[in-house]
Amino acid sequence: MFKVLDSAVPVACWSCSVGHSDSTLFCPHCSKIQPPPGGDYFTVFGIDPHLNLDLHALESEFHRLSRRLHPDRFARALDNEKEWSLADTALLNDAYRTLKDPIRRTEYLLKLEDAVPAESATGKDRKDVSRVPADLLEEAFELNMQLEEMRIARKTGEDDPALQASLEEAKTKYSALLAAVDVDLRNEWRAWDAGNEATRPSVQKKMVGLLDRRRYLSNLVRDVNEVLGA
Amino acid sequence: MAEGRVVGIDLGTTNSLVAYMQGEAPVVIPGADGGNLVPSVVALDPMPNPVPPDGFRPTITVGNTARRALIETPERVIYSVKRLMGRGLEEVQAELKLFPFHLADDVEAGEVPRIQLGEMKFTAPEISAYILRQLKRNAERYFGAPVTAAVITVPAYFNDAQRQATKDAGRMAGLEVLRLVNEPTAAALAYGLDRAKEGTIAVYDFGGGTFDISILKLRDGIFEVQSTNGDTHLGGDDIDNLLLMIALGEIFAEHGVDLRSNPGAVQAVRKAAIEAKIALSTELEARFDIELPNGDRYQREIPRDVFEMLIEPVLERTAGPCRQALTDAGITPEQIDEVVLVGGSTRIPAVRKLVDDLFHLSARGKKPHTELNPDEVVALGAAVQADILAGESKSTEQMLLLDVTPLSLGIEALGGTVARIIQRNSTIPASATEHFTTGVDGQTNVAIHVVQGERELAADCRSLARFDLKGIPPMSAGLPRIEVKFLIDADGILHVTAREQRSGKEAQIEVKATYGLTDEQVESMILDSFDNAEADFAKRLLIEARNEAETILTAVEKAPQSAAWALLTEDEKLKINVARDYLVTTKLGVDPSAIREATLILDHATRRFAELMMETAVSTAIRGKTMDTASEEMGEAVTAPHAMAPAEFK
Repeated sequence: MFKVLDSAVPVACWSCSVGHSDSTLFCPHCSKIQPPPGGDYFTVFGIDPHLNLDLHALESEFHRLSRRLHPDRFARALDNEKEWSLADTALLNDAYRTLKDPIRRTEYLLKLEDAVPAESATGKDRKDVSRVPADLLEEAFELNMQLEEMRIARKTGEDDPALQASLEEAKTKYSALLAAVDVDLRNEWRAWDAGNEATRPSVQKKMVGLLDRRRYLSNLVRDVNEVLGA
Repeated sequence: MAEGRVVGIDLGTTNSLVAYMQGEAPVVIPGADGGNLVPSVVALDPMPNPVPPDGFRPTITVGNTARRALIETPERVIYSVKRLMGRGLEEVQAELKLFPFHLADDVEAGEVPRIQLGEMKFTAPEISAYILRQLKRNAERYFGAPVTAAVITVPAYFNDAQRQATKDAGRMAGLEVLRLVNEPTAAALAYGLDRAKEGTIAVYDFGGGTFDISILKLRDGIFEVQSTNGDTHLGGDDIDNLLLMIALGEIFAEHGVDLRSNPGAVQAVRKAAIEAKIALSTELEARFDIELPNGDRYQREIPRDVFEMLIEPVLERTAGPCRQALTDAGITPEQIDEVVLVGGSTRIPAVRKLVDDLFHLSARGKKPHTELNPDEVVALGAAVQADILAGESKSTEQMLLLDVTPLSLGIEALGGTVARIIQRNSTIPASATEHFTTGVDGQTNVAIHVVQGERELAADCRSLARFDLKGIPPMSAGLPRIEVKFLIDADGILHVTAREQRSGKEAQIEVKATYGLTDEQVESMILDSFDNAEADFAKRLLIEARNEAETILTAVEKAPQSAAWALLTEDEKLKINVARDYLVTTKLGVDPSAIREATLILDHATRRFAELMMETAVSTAIRGKTMDTASEEMGEAVTAPHAMAPAEFK
């Protein structure tokens, strides 16, 4: 079930001492649980890196692996097995959470491919910076002004039907733009999955741009919804 | 893992229960008094007069006996302690405004708050440990064997500190806590046991002190939680307090009596408020009729519609979390196939109506599930999870629970904002790896502040812990690369490890939990560490068996004075006498199970007598005597309804 990568480092099973690749969750020889394997989230599920995934199969595999790995199955096991069950299940859950969501999956794959500019700082210095797409610069500025006006109007209890209508219109418009980005992204997934080392870098670049645009648009839609819904 | 049986425990705000898997079905284990519910009330017995010399420790009682002390000696009783678990000083201070107990005078900021109980002081986990110990003893009495491992349930919306406090309590009670299970999820397990169900269910759990909503997907025996939400400060207690405040206000306005300085009287009014609340679930009107200390009576009718108007704001607070849980699960109310109701507060008709509206149930021809007793369903589910962990039973081998973390985990970033590292509703165990560096040349320490919550600013979230990454090799600013791994385990509790990657050196971390006890403190609070010792266990079983025998013998001793005795046939009387003599002899021995068996025989022999006595008690009352004088005539038999109750054991 698990793909053995050529690059994987061979290790010996802690229990039966038979060597195996370090990318497997269970010893192929004695089936005992192993420490968290190297390799990426796709390897955890034994699949090739792809952006179009069969979600139903992914869920079934998640359930199958959960049944074998979950700490509930190791309540009477040795301490090291308990520890690995915890670490392996955390890895499985992190992998499933990332892969089942199309946007997270895309972001993850781009990171694997080193296609995203390395985060300038992680941890506590990190900030979610989203660049404003050039074509939206002016309109977005205008919209943010309106949002601010609306917030003030809400606070003072004033009613501004014109502003309200304008925001409703913006909501429709930006939701449509967001949907369009999703369509574009889907096309790029197909291009990436069908591509090769030569074609993929340009696809990746497009996806990075689309994800930026998407993040910006979805923040705008969220803000408009918040203000309208308040 | 400990040998022997694993029990499931519902450590509730109002009541606690212990259950286990009997073959293929979970059952609740009754206490010595025959009841399934152990009120989560802990009391210190009254100080003897004259006061004994230093070092005397009064006996601590739990459950119904402790609850009875609430009106007599309110300053020696504590209840609803679950509301104080894992909470800091300020939170506890705010909470205690509504309760008769108060903080110890010498509590300092930063330490786990201690509550003054009579002349003693206890932290919330210690109080909970006494309740857990009682449940442990009930189970041991039932099995006739030690019980050392348990699954304990917690509200799904409990944070890290509240979970840790619950685990600490288990350890103090001499229980290895194999898993903390979220209450709504446990309820789903109890319901899902007998049917191979597929679909999406919502569990609406409105208990004594907490509210939870969980949305689960069931497929192939896997219970996968999609989202959870709630309020750990919302429950039946809030409804009681509303009624209490109104009654106290009216008593002051109409009778000029301020009861607030009289804790015993407040408890009496509170009891009346709870009774009125319960009555209003089945009746259209309830009555307050309370005798005041000055001899006046406070009387008042409460129609159900007035009650419903009054509690609407409380109930409405459950709606927001439900909507958020639906949004987080990415579904609409129509996509919920079934709704399960858990917790005593779901007996209130207005609560059922709210649930119906929230999930469009009757509009879709559906009804919520209430088949299992809402007070017991969580404990039953905990027993199912205990069985899953034991891994030896066919009925649960296909079942697996995948729960989520209710709150996002974040670290405080520059400017006091929060950088989320694990999102709420992530399946647990879950992990996140973050990299940190230094800001100044030669810096050897990095401080990290971990918070839990959904707000943008760290100050508005719940502070979980502060870490100090120490021993970083001195390097130019920005050069060290410290990898910190955050792991939320299957109990929902956070673990942190760190490594400096450039030097390959393990960075030391000093974890200072913002709230909570240190390992050493927990160690020092372990109740009667001898509790598990085999010899002591046998001794305790013997004492308990003799006490039970004594109770029934005393009742039988008084039997001939009762009117009911004359109604027995000679043969029945003879059987009682023979069984009594047999118990008296057996009681002299040291075999607890023999004493129990003899007790049971006598109990069987007196069963008809007990029935006759109840009948005469009723007819006596009808003849114009009050129950009080009737019970005086009959000794303890009526006021202590379980004196004749069957002693259950295996």
